[in-house]
Amino acid sequence: MAASVMIEPRHSTTNKGSAVASLHSVTKKFGRQTALDRFSLELRAGEVVALLGPNGAGKTTAVRLLLGLSQATSGKVEIFGGNPRDRASRMRLGAMLQVGRMPETLRVREHLQLFRSYYPQPRPLAELLSVAGLEGLEERQFGTLSGGQKQRMLFALALCGDPDLICLDEPTLGMDVEARRAMWEQVRRLAARGKTILLTTHYLEEADALASRIVVIQKGKVIAEGTPEELKTADGSRAIRCTTSLTPLFVSAIPGVTSVEQDGNSMLVRTPVPEAVLRAMLASDTTLSGLEVRATALEDAFLALTNQSASVA
Amino acid sequence: MATVVITPPLPRIYFNEARFELLKLSRNRSYLFSMIGFPVIFYLLFGVTNKGSVFQGHTIARYLLAGYSCFGAMGSSLFGIGAGLAFERGHGWLEMKRASPMPAAAYLLAKLCVAITFAVGITILLMILGTAMAGVQITTIEGLRLLCVIAAGVLPFASLGLVIGLVMPSNAAPGVINLIYLPLSFCGGLWMPIEALPHWLQLIAHGLPSFWFSRLALRTLGYSDSSALLAWALLAAYTVIFLLAAAFIFRRQEAQA
Repeated sequence: MAASVMIEPRHSTTNKGSAVASLHSVTKKFGRQTALDRFSLELRAGEVVALLGPNGAGKTTAVRLLLGLSQATSGKVEIFGGNPRDRASRMRLGAMLQVGRMPETLRVREHLQLFRSYYPQPRPLAELLSVAGLEGLEERQFGTLSGGQKQRMLFALALCGDPDLICLDEPTLGMDVEARRAMWEQVRRLAARGKTILLTTHYLEEADALASRIVVIQKGKVIAEGTPEELKTADGSRAIRCTTSLTPLFVSAIPGVTSVEQDGNSMLVRTPVPEAVLRAMLASDTTLSGLEVRATALEDAFLALTNQSASVA
Repeated sequence: MATVVITPPLPRIYFNEARFELLKLSRNRSYLFSMIGFPVIFYLLFGVTNKGSVFQGHTIARYLLAGYSCFGAMGSSLFGIGAGLAFERGHGWLEMKRASPMPAAAYLLAKLCVAITFAVGITILLMILGTAMAGVQITTIEGLRLLCVIAAGVLPFASLGLVIGLVMPSNAAPGVINLIYLPLSFCGGLWMPIEALPHWLQLIAHGLPSFWFSRLALRTLGYSDSSALLAWALLAAYTVIFLLAAAFIFRRQEAQA
């Protein structure tokens, strides 16, 4: 659509896009269990935001609230400046949820035809089939599709209305590597068209590959937020990996060392001051070899973040 | 940027929803067997084979035409709506639909229309079997009146189906429906004249929607002389009670969702 403003999607910090959807200090309780605890999230136009967290962190709850499928215990949810339950809001919204089974005796084409009829300006059928990689399967009944094809069918349904905001709840769950990469490519293309995308995932690689902003969530709370790069260096630490004769006990006593892990011959040392620590290690062990220094990968950052939060709680 | 919200014409959505619901069910063999197979096979076994027999002054094949038409209507409602909803709700499909701009009424009305379509279709099928194979004679007026009763009589059972669909897990729904459907049919006098049942069962029968439904269907063929007004009023009351129950359950589930 010509009306949508193109925004460079990969740099959220410079993004001046207007808020498309927001959860404002939302608490959601199921009985005595708190699924979301004063959780806030703002999606700005053109962003790809990944909600990253372990199972049960509250990711799906956040998505369901945003879609108006569930009511917040307290706090405010807004989509396009309105209530997510309004039909007008839903016209501009596409959702791919975790669906176990759907009516199995309808053909791929028929499922799409029905969903397309809900929207004022649906995407052409051929385009949907191509985007979701369902070409040649249009006459197949849903029940005869493979697991990955079923996921792609749900993806296609989310895109039927050519929505401005797309929510993908664990979109690549159960997909093989190839299918996952194909899905990523499609998500990037949507982002390039200026679409706002919220995806939940517990695959770190997926968040890293797609998101302009990652929101790490645990036990219903945001524990970290930023670009993938920012998160990778969030604790400012570096990881030193090497083969050394030094004992973990000795290394952990070096000033500035935050953690030491021995893994067979190889030792992993985390520290915000790698130069000083290395000088000390090299001075004590002239046989030190296989040296490697790197920024902690997102995965390490993620684990560090979640562990940290768990131990504080 | 001025936003004009263009909405696709609602009648088209309602029509499509019903069309695909019909298509979906008509391709589902296990549902078809439960909904159409049961009444047709039973009618062939107990109606057609008893061609010309008379029981307590009733021509059996003609009497059972009304009974099995009711039976078919109940099956269409309970399986099509109850088991269908339980499946779609249980596997998360309903959430996808609800997150879309589809009006909720379109979803429910589609299921109701399809249940009525099946009920009417089964009745026509039974009329053809009855007249062609069992020597049953019915006038056009009788036939049309029976069809109208069957179509309207779907409502209380469709509402009951809604309750079952909201409450039951998808894998348990068909079994539970059989546990409700078969006793309701038997005690409601759908399979044999109510007078043939023990007295205490007859008392229970008077509290069942299936009994009053069958009275109305039998009346169209000249069998029952009970009050049509009372029967309609009771069926309407059942419909309201089941709908209120469904609304209450839905609200409660929403609050916990």
